Parts: sequence; C-alpha cells; structure tokens
Amino acid sequence: MFSRYFKKIGIAEILLFLSVLVLVVVVAIPMLLIFWNALFVEGQFNVTDIIQVLSQKDTYEALKNSIIIAIGVTFFSTILGVFFAWLVSRTDLPLKSTMKLMFLVPFMLPSFIGALAWKILLSPRSGLLNKFIMNIFGLENSPFDIYSLWGIIAVESMYLFPFVFIQVSGALERMDPTLEESARISGANLFTITRRITLPLMLPSIAAGALLVALYSLAHFGVPAILGTEKGIYNIPTKIYEKIYASAGSFQAIRTGTVLSSILVISAGCILYLQSLVLKAGRFQVIAGKSMRPMLLKLRGLKMPLLIFSILYILITVVLPTVTIFLVGTLKTYGLTLTLENMTLKNIQYILFDWKLTKDAIWNSFYISLAAAFVTMIVGTLISYVIVKMKVRGKFILEFLGVLPFSVPGTVIALGVILMWSGKFGINLYNTAWIIFVAYIARYMAFSLKSNSAALEQVHDSLEEAARACGATHWQALRDIVIPLVKPGMVAAFFLIFLPALRELTTSVLLYGPTTRTIGVAIYTLNEDGETVYACTLASVALIIIIVGHSIIKRITRSGMEKVM
Amino acid sequence: MSYVKLEHITKRYGEVVAISDLSIEIEKGECFSMIGPSGCGKTTTLRMIAGFEDLDEGRIVVGDRIFSSSCDNFYVPSEKRDFGMVFQAFAVWPHLSVFENVAFPLRIRRLTKSEIKERTQKALVYTELDRYAHTYPNELSGGQKQRVALARAIAINPTVMLLDEPLSNLDPKLREEMRFEIKDLQRRFGFTIIYVTHDQAEAMALSDRIMVMSPGRVEQVDKPLNIYNKPANRFVFSFLGASNMLPAFVSDNKIYIEAAANAGPVANEIPSHIKGDKLTFACRPSEIELADAGGIKGVVKRKTYLGDIIDYRIQIGDVVLRVEMNRRKGRFNEGDTCCLKFNRLFWYGQEG
Repeated sequence: MFSRYFKKIGIAEILLFLSVLVLVVVVAIPMLLIFWNALFVEGQFNVTDIIQVLSQKDTYEALKNSIIIAIGVTFFSTILGVFFAWLVSRTDLPLKSTMKLMFLVPFMLPSFIGALAWKILLSPRSGLLNKFIMNIFGLENSPFDIYSLWGIIAVESMYLFPFVFIQVSGALERMDPTLEESARISGANLFTITRRITLPLMLPSIAAGALLVALYSLAHFGVPAILGTEKGIYNIPTKIYEKIYASAGSFQAIRTGTVLSSILVISAGCILYLQSLVLKAGRFQVIAGKSMRPMLLKLRGLKMPLLIFSILYILITVVLPTVTIFLVGTLKTYGLTLTLENMTLKNIQYILFDWKLTKDAIWNSFYISLAAAFVTMIVGTLISYVIVKMKVRGKFILEFLGVLPFSVPGTVIALGVILMWSGKFGINLYNTAWIIFVAYIARYMAFSLKSNSAALEQVHDSLEEAARACGATHWQALRDIVIPLVKPGMVAAFFLIFLPALRELTTSVLLYGPTTRTIGVAIYTLNEDGETVYACTLASVALIIIIVGHSIIKRITRSGMEKVM
Repeated sequence: MSYVKLEHITKRYGEVVAISDLSIEIEKGECFSMIGPSGCGKTTTLRMIAGFEDLDEGRIVVGDRIFSSSCDNFYVPSEKRDFGMVFQAFAVWPHLSVFENVAFPLRIRRLTKSEIKERTQKALVYTELDRYAHTYPNELSGGQKQRVALARAIAINPTVMLLDEPLSNLDPKLREEMRFEIKDLQRRFGFTIIYVTHDQAEAMALSDRIMVMSPGRVEQVDKPLNIYNKPANRFVFSFLGASNMLPAFVSDNKIYIEAAANAGPVANEIPSHIKGDKLTFACRPSEIELADAGGIKGVVKRKTYLGDIIDYRIQIGDVVLRVEMNRRKGRFNEGDTCCLKFNRLFWYGQEG
C-alpha cells in the first residue's frame, strides 16, 4: 500500500509531505526542545537542577496557586454548568432557547477582557461597584477584593463554565427519554429519577466537561495576569512570563520556564488521558432511538425566581462587564464619573486612526491571524485526511502529533517557539511577526484537526471509492469529491482559528517585539501601564469584531451545512 | 366487566388532531392491541394511559379510580399508577446490573430487603434471566435486554401492562419467540395487556381484540379472526396484508374490473351492502388460484420463487394482479396463459 503512494509523486503527495513537515517543525520539535532543555544542562542529564528550580519559593508558590485555582474553578464551573444545563433541558423554564444561547455567550468573551472589567468594578479601593456598595450601605471598607485567589477563581469560573454546560446539555438532549420514563412508571418521582437515573448517566459528560475546565484553568494566563500579579499572586503561566520578562530571556529564566512548562504539559496529558478513560467507561448506549420529547419538570412556584436568577446571572457576568468596558472606553480620563459630559467618542478615533501602537496592534492581529488560520486550515485538512481516510503505515505517529497540541498550553508553545526560532538553529525570527505566526499555527492546529476530522468522518469511504472506480486518480477524487464535501468543515475550522487568534494573549505576550504587538498584547500592556481607558477602548473594538465575526461564522456554517445535507 | 375505560378522548398537538373522540373499554385480563401505520396516534394513546401525556378532552378510568380527567385537570402521576411498561428501545438502565434494574421498582416501593430479593429473583426466573443477575446491560443481546425490561415491568405484579412496540427492535426469529413468552407471562400473572404495534402478525398472535387505527380515527375494533375475515373497510383490508384492490363497476347485474372489462365479469351477483354501480374489488393474493380453464383469462408476466410460495404477477386487461401459490402448484411459467379463480372476494364502496 505504502509503496504505491510513492510510485507516482503528484501534488497530493507533495502537499501531504509538506503538511507532515509543518506538523513536525511547528509542533513536535519545539515540544522536544522544551523537554530537552528541562532535563539536560549542557548536554548532560541533570535532575538536581529540576529539584532546585522546584524548591525555589516562588516556583512552588506558583505551582500551588495553579492547583488551587484549577480546583476552585473546576468546582464552581461544574456546579454552574450542570445546574444551568439541567435548567434549560429538563425543566419548563420560560425563554429556554434564548437562555441557552445566553449561557454560551461567556464562551465568546475573552476572559482577560472580562478580568479587566472586573478589575475596574471590584478593585479594592477604586472599584466602581465597590464604591457604589460602600455608598449605599455606608461601609468603611470595600466589600470585595478582586485581587485575590477568590477573585481569580470567580472570574475564571464565569467564563469557563460553558465547557461543562455544553457537554451536559448536549448529553441530556441526546439521552433516550424512555430511560427516565421507565423509571417513572416504576414508581419513582422526579427527584429520585434525577438522583438515581439521570445524574449517574450524565456522570461521564459532567466529568469530561469538568476535566476540560481543569485543563484550561491550570494553564490560564489572562485572568491571573490581570488580577493576580498586582498582589504577587502568580500561577505557572504568569510565573513563566514574569521570569522571562524580568531577566530578558536569560538562560536560568528559560530553564525555569521549561521545567514549569514540562510540568504543565505532563499534567495536561494526564488530564486528557483521564478524560478519555472517563468517556470510554461512560459510553453507555443512552442515545435515543425513536425519540419523544423528554418529560420536563414543572417548576411551578420556582419558575419565576429561577428565571430571574438566570437572567441576573447573565446580566452580572456578561452584560455588566461588557457595558463597563464600553463605557470606561469612552471616558476622557480614568477616574471620572460615568456621566455623559465625561464621555467622548474621540478615544475610538484615536486608537483606530491616530495612535501608532494600537493601529499596529489591530493590523498585526488581523494579518497574522488570517495567515495562520489559512495555513492551519489547509494543513489540518490534509493531516486529518491521512488520519481518517488513508491506510498508511506509521500513521499513529501523525495521530499522536495531531493530539499533542490539545495538551500543550499557549505559554508552553510560546516557550518552545522561542527555543526553536531564536537563532539556535540558524533562523532567528525573534521580535518579528513570523514567530507569532508560527506559534499560532502550533496553538490552533488542534482546532483545525478536530473540525476537519469530524467533517471527513461524515464523508463515507464509498463516495471516494466510487470516484476512483469511475477512473478518477487519487488527487482528482480528492479535489472533485472529498474537498467539496468537507468544505463546510474547513470553513468552520478557518473561523475557529481566526476569531480566537484575533484576541490571542497567552502566546503572543511572550513573543511580541516593539512593533509586533497584537490586540490582546496591546490591551494587556496598556492596562499594565495604567492606560485603563485606552485598554477599554481597544477592548470594545475587539468585542465588536468578535461579535460580528461570530454572527458571520454562524451564517456561513449554517448555509454550508444545508448544502451538504 | 370493563377494567380500563377511555371515555371520549381527544388529543391535539397545536393544529393537528392526533386522537379525536376515542372511546374504548378493555376487560380485566384481556390482551388489547392497537395497530396502525406510524402517526396514527396509537403510541400517543398508550402514553396517555401511562400518564405521560395530558388529555385535551375525555377521561381515563381504571377499575373504579379516575386516572386522567381533562375537565377537572386531574391526573394521577405516572409513578402512582402502578403499571408495568415496556418500551421499544428497551430503556434498560446501563449503569445498573440486571438485578438492580429489576429491583428498582421494588426499592422505590420500600419493600423489605428479603422481599426485594425474593421477588426480583422470581421475576428473573420467569424471564429466564437468573443466570445474568449480576451482568450489566451492555453485555446482553437485544432480546435479553428486552427480557430485563419485561422482568422489571412484572416485578411489581401490575394489573395493567403497557407494551409500546416491544418487539420491533428484535430480529424476526426472536420476535416470534418473545410473543409466546409475553403470552405465557400474562397467563401466569393475569395482567391486562395494552399492546401497541405496527406488525399485524404480532397483533393477531397475541391479542384477544385488535383496534385498527388510521391517522386520527378508529377503523375497526374486533377479535383477530373477525378483523382478518371481515375487514370493515378498504383501509383495514389493505393494512392487514398483501392485497389486490381495483376499481370495478356493475353492469347487467355482473361485476367487471374497470381496467379489464373485456376479460369478463369477476362476479355474477351483487353483494347486498353495495349501493350504486361503482365499487372496489379487493382480494388477497393467496385467495386466487391459477387453473387451466374457468374464470377469467390472464397471462403470467413474472414468476418469482420465494421459498415455500411462488409470487405470480398476472396480467388481465390493462392491470396486473398479484397471486400467491403454494410452490407445489406453480406449473405455469412466464408467458403462459392461465385462468383465475377467485376463492374469496371483498367488496367496498369506491371511497373509504
């Protein structure tokens, strides 16, 4: 089989080769370099150094904080996610479909912009909400301090709970309703059914969502960077950033970074492995055959209170921060009260057209994201094709390289890219836009592979075989049959990369140079420099781009899917 | 003495009337089947009896208790009805062992430990599952899963058993076997069965009475033999098996098939219930015989061996009739001319 592909080397083969090359150069080698640098000093295997790095107070503090934050965020996200999922799919809550969409909105909001808003609202001395509450109740001290582990946990939970929500509400909708009905006819009331039947059957989905939250939270940069560093609260990613920035990339700092990164990667790998075990163990056949509407719990007296609670939750976690960002972004100076005469639209004009720093940031984010999304989409399609469709020996290596990016946090990717492309191997991309471009490809390859494999799995083998039987070459079958059928998957992959890349912070913050700030980096550094108003103005622009982008992606994927169906 | 009573039940989904003014009385210990094409409302009716659906009009009474009543908006919740129910998709809980699945309704009723054990064991023995008590459903075959569902339903010793196409997901051989097992269980426990299916053979084999439904209305309620031998109308006739149905007309007190008038009359007397001179000729393929002489002439267009029977397509005039013959009697071949003898004919009006 393998030799046949080599007999004739055509465009398909060359593209395939290039894709594998991209995967190896962009993903595999940087990863290896991190482990290499963590384990070896001057070519010598060295473990004592690792122990020494870990026994430094600030590194193990960071480790401890990462774990505390991850546990806290996982706990609260799971409770929120399961509760809201149950509410919208198993009760007669009014406005259910609207509420369901609203619960997914926090997914679109970049969490570091959320953190910025909460900083403005709840910082201990000058927080707007804190001052408001102090005025009303005549308090001496501010009631909330967002610069704390609790603050970080709360803000992260707000923006990560949709992971659990999506998993659980999807599973609840797919579940065969007769499983619950047969419990009911057996004499069980709804409380018993929920406890003895529904929840146990949902457990795998709940666990899968919770582990995903743990994975993201453990390696999360934005929220702790904005809310933690002020009071010296670091987690692993912010510690890596601080080390590398404080020492301007010294060897010792890089080494600490690689050791911490290795820990991140290994724990992420463990979490993903655990997740696959949970999902495998839970592969019950609960998928509905002939499906009836599932029975809904009548909330009766609780209907309105729960609806009001849900709406309040959305107002507080989504609307309030967004409005804060938009309003503060129009202030003439930070600290002025939010009245109309203190506001101006000049800020937007200034950052869009006049100020080089922000103009550059917007332009950089646009073209780097566009290029990275395009390349990642193409490479992802080809690699998925090999993984899903071709019977090639050694493809397990590709499969492994393909899932690798799932478990590599953005900070680690940045570090690997620095090790690879800062001149050690003859090419120095440091401080250029290229290094960010390369890092984005590595960071978002997983998205592309996921979306493309899903699309390819829908295309039955026989469709391509029929084309081959009609006399088409491998390449022709691919071009005329397979690619048109998976195009919606490819388009989805493109936007799944382009939109998050536009607002990326974690990776670019370690890679930016004087002229290569991205939108995320610009918001972050403006905030660090005390330019809160301009940070908010730029964040408003970013939010508008994100909202427009999401409505476009929705329209495109919907019309594309209809064509294939 | 009627036990389950449905009184003037109507059920709507938005604009669509799924059931309109349905009244049935089912005897204690009877096996009552509802059959009909998908979308005829048979499952909806069963779910209303189970209490999963509310009524728009009417009442459901079981024994001397009102279970559902639309005018008082009174509904006994499903879990308080003490029915047994088996679903098409098995609905066996995958996270509980076979024993725990069957014991579930007993645990809900807070029986003592020893009683739960004894009654579960008994239900498992009756369904031949005692060997599998501690296995999990994912290790069982479809037939075994459905047995678990049956065992779970009989564990509480219900007076009424609701079966919603319980055999549709099984392969044909197993289906036949399970029919007898359900019947045996009924004999042993004496519960009333209300059975929903779209398979007429299943209904015939199990039921004391069958209700044939078409979307929104009841076509006939009768004993299986009467349903088959005296179908009330064209719908019932065609639903119960393969059929030939052709428009026919009366001329000179003889009946001719419209598209094959030249072939001669198919009957020489007018059935008493037919008014007017337009009617429908209806005949089962197995009720036609091919002979050398007598009756009307036809030509064999196609002959297909289906194992023990032969499926003929015979052209008469401009239409093709379907005829089934025992394989030993298939001496006519394609292209041969033959004569058709109708053993049993049904006549319906041309509409309805």
